[in-house]
Amino acid sequence: MSDNPTADEAVSDNLKVSKIHEAVIRIAGNSQDGIQSIGGFLARLAGRSEQEVMTFMTIPSTISGGPSIFQVRLSSGEVLTSGDEADVLMAFYQHSYDNHVDFVKKDGIILYDTAHVEPDPELEKRFRHIGCPIAELTVEAIGGTAKDKGKNIFALGLVARMFDLDSERLEGLIAERFKGKPESVTETALSAFHAGHAYPLTTLAEIYEFEEPKARDCEQVVANGNEALGYGILAAGVRFGAGYPITPWSDIMELLRRELPKYDGMFVQCEDEIAAVSMAIGASWGGRVAITGSSGPGIALKGEAIGWAVMAEIPLLVIDVQRGGPSTGMPTNVEQSDLNIACFGGHGDSPRVVLAPSSVEDCFYTAIEAVNIARKYSTPVIILTDQAIATRIEAFGMPKLKEICQDISPDLTPRDDHKPYDLSAPDGITQHAAPGTFIKSGKYPVVTGLEHNEMGHPSGSPKMHLDMTAKRHNKLKALGRDLPKPEAYGPDEGNVLLVGWGSTQGSLREATEQARKDGDSISALTIRHINPLPEGLENIFSGFNHVFVVENNDGGLYGYGQLCSLLRARFCDPKIEGINKTDGLTWRVKDVLARVKEKLEEK
Amino acid sequence: MSAIADIERKPLTKKELAADHPTWCPGCGDFSVLALYFKLLQKRGLHHEKFATVAGIGCSSRFPYFVQAHGTHYIHGRALPYATGIALSRQDLDVFVFGGDGDAFSIGGNHFNHCARKNVNLTYCVMDNNVYGLTKKQTSPTSPIGFKSKTDMWGAVDKPINPMQQAISAGATFVARTTHTNPKHLLAMMEAAMDHKGFAFIECLSECTEFYDGAFDSSNPRKGGEFRELPEDHDPTDENAAYAISEELVPGYFGVYYQISRPTKQDVEAEVNAKFLEKTKGLEDWEILQQNFDKMK
Ligand SMILES: Cc1ncc(C[n+]2csc(CCOP(=O)(O)OP(=O)(O)O)c2C)c(N)n1
Ligand code: SF4
Ligand SMILES: [Mg+2]
Repeated sequence: MSDNPTADEAVSDNLKVSKIHEAVIRIAGNSQDGIQSIGGFLARLAGRSEQEVMTFMTIPSTISGGPSIFQVRLSSGEVLTSGDEADVLMAFYQHSYDNHVDFVKKDGIILYDTAHVEPDPELEKRFRHIGCPIAELTVEAIGGTAKDKGKNIFALGLVARMFDLDSERLEGLIAERFKGKPESVTETALSAFHAGHAYPLTTLAEIYEFEEPKARDCEQVVANGNEALGYGILAAGVRFGAGYPITPWSDIMELLRRELPKYDGMFVQCEDEIAAVSMAIGASWGGRVAITGSSGPGIALKGEAIGWAVMAEIPLLVIDVQRGGPSTGMPTNVEQSDLNIACFGGHGDSPRVVLAPSSVEDCFYTAIEAVNIARKYSTPVIILTDQAIATRIEAFGMPKLKEICQDISPDLTPRDDHKPYDLSAPDGITQHAAPGTFIKSGKYPVVTGLEHNEMGHPSGSPKMHLDMTAKRHNKLKALGRDLPKPEAYGPDEGNVLLVGWGSTQGSLREATEQARKDGDSISALTIRHINPLPEGLENIFSGFNHVFVVENNDGGLYGYGQLCSLLRARFCDPKIEGINKTDGLTWRVKDVLARVKEKLEEK
Repeated sequence: MSAIADIERKPLTKKELAADHPTWCPGCGDFSVLALYFKLLQKRGLHHEKFATVAGIGCSSRFPYFVQAHGTHYIHGRALPYATGIALSRQDLDVFVFGGDGDAFSIGGNHFNHCARKNVNLTYCVMDNNVYGLTKKQTSPTSPIGFKSKTDMWGAVDKPINPMQQAISAGATFVARTTHTNPKHLLAMMEAAMDHKGFAFIECLSECTEFYDGAFDSSNPRKGGEFRELPEDHDPTDENAAYAISEELVPGYFGVYYQISRPTKQDVEAEVNAKFLEKTKGLEDWEILQQNFDKMK
């Protein structure tokens, strides 16, 4: 509770009420305890209460479960990250207590289940400990022998009491959640919730109340990155997709499989990733951009086909939800180590577009942007997200769907003539005539992976390969010129510029804020367009003494991460340096700042 | 979807259908497959914009360059999933896929099985020469044991694939075998395949004169062999009978080994969609999506 409680106190059940600006709550238990759903409820409540919210969770990679956490940061102001430290730790088990006590703020609160946790007397001096027989009281409230079931909802009740949350709305969300199930299920859940809410928090001696958030001009929705991306794909007008399951991409394919039939579309689960990308390319050739996706290992399998799509100039949307690699790596952890394969994973010279959304909301809009780039430039577009952005929940303004949703049905208007690879087209930008298009000249195009002439027929001519290679990169150069100019977060001049991409945006921005509060001159920059890069980066870089590229990947042999290497190659500027880590976790703000300090001290 | 009304359009002439002059070696069996594809298109009055020709990589797979129509020359072994994408998303088109034995049964082997089991409505003609032609005489998955190639200079050692049996067991609903030396039969099989609703597979023996000359003489009466059609009493709906009679590879029998009717991938997906479309009837796309967003409030 970052701000000190104000004197604004009221008395409720003899508990003092203190106003707070924000709170970070970390719930630690086992994945089977339904920890994610407590967090989910809190996030949705925040969205409905016009608050900002961001969540973070870890999931065990085994189905049988294991230790898991869900952290949620609720605020009446802006939320950039899910928080380095927790105001409240709710520990269901001893391991939850032992492993997470280090993440609790000084003077923070530890709520623990007395049945499973033996607090450490030393730590009891440092943190406020509140024991509650969570499991026992849950069983008491909902009866039966259902051992640990309902514990999560009981805990939600506790949190609701502690933060004086809108119980009515929470009850509504609980009821919504169990809609369609027998009524007794909802009743049981509500009983657990009420029992938690009624637990006397006398040892705490105070409860908290959020300040009134500033009013927003539109409704908020809450979603995780995979959902936002999936719905963005639908809004973009995509109606065909193909994929093969792999964590953390599977959520998107499951969403599309479930939703596409409503639009008379189709998502096909294929025998492997090669079939999936091929099917999507085939459908795209049909005249409407299609989508495929995967995570690292599957992206590697799709490589040959993406190279074909570059050569044949077929629009295509490819999603890569990155995870720890290489190989099976750390399937449920975050890493940003597929930038290289996305940009350069093709055989031959095969330029393609790579975009990296930097927030959950951005996932939604990037999907639409990607589809439109794919269509206009007739090229594969890869969207790089990662496990962290895919699974974290954020609140954002309700998109204006009526204006945004687009129809991208195939255009089969007859033509007099058609050259699929017209070399005289401005900037080399051409689009295909979809099969089914009548062409009056009687000359029909072939799309091909062989080097070809303007009609798509094989050509081994050195000049043709020269010209066609140039065509394929020229159109992406043109795209680069059209991209919005990037802007620094914070002043355009200063000592350090932190450059990042994708899910690290929040951490870098919060680090900037904190550093500036401490009098350090740091700004941040997010690069959303990885390939081609937008114009104007060098101007921004020139305003700073140091450019540190902070990434969730390895600095490798020479100390530069993947984006860092790209920027160094592009700008040949020795002041561009890397700050990297590969622990499979998101960047914490304090770690960013510590590494910046270290780096500056090296100088 | 096509904007051209089918007002009394004459079938295309061979000249209108032919594109590049084929780059195949003189005498290559693939010529006759191409010639009969033209015949099929003419006979069935298919116009340029009504169909798509798709192939992978190989000598045989160069097919689309020789056909004046919307075509794709895709990557090695993956023509079927590519063609599936077009067949599912553009059901107004007739989709024809051509390729070689390596393309179909080696690198593309798994796609073959899955396309068959999904019963995707398209026609697949494998031009089987029992050898890798384009890469100049390596062993193919259908090369007979003992065939001397650049990768088995002492003679092939691995048991060859049996295309008929593979197709039947994978769940293909139309399985036929023909040869380039019998044009009438080849055309009949193509027509039957095109008319079949579902995954229609034809294995067409197509001699590689360059690297496996005489491979199929035993089925060619002009070379002293015998063109054996399936016995008259063969019941193509009898899976076991079809499997049993496929035992012999070369020369083997010719004709429709197996044909049954099973809902296509297109059918089963349409059935799924129908249930949803009932609920979203009358709604604009954005209104359907709005329902999801309302749930996220
Ligand atoms: C991924 C990949 N691996 C290998 C090749 C090389 N290659 C091209 S065609 C071919 C085999 C062709 O044999 P087949 O499919 O039987 O066709 P044919 O030439 O006999 O008609 C091979 C191995 C390739 N093009 N792509
Ligand atoms: S190498 Fe064989 S298959 Fe290829 S074109 Fe020549 S004869 Fe035909
Ligand atoms: Mg072959």
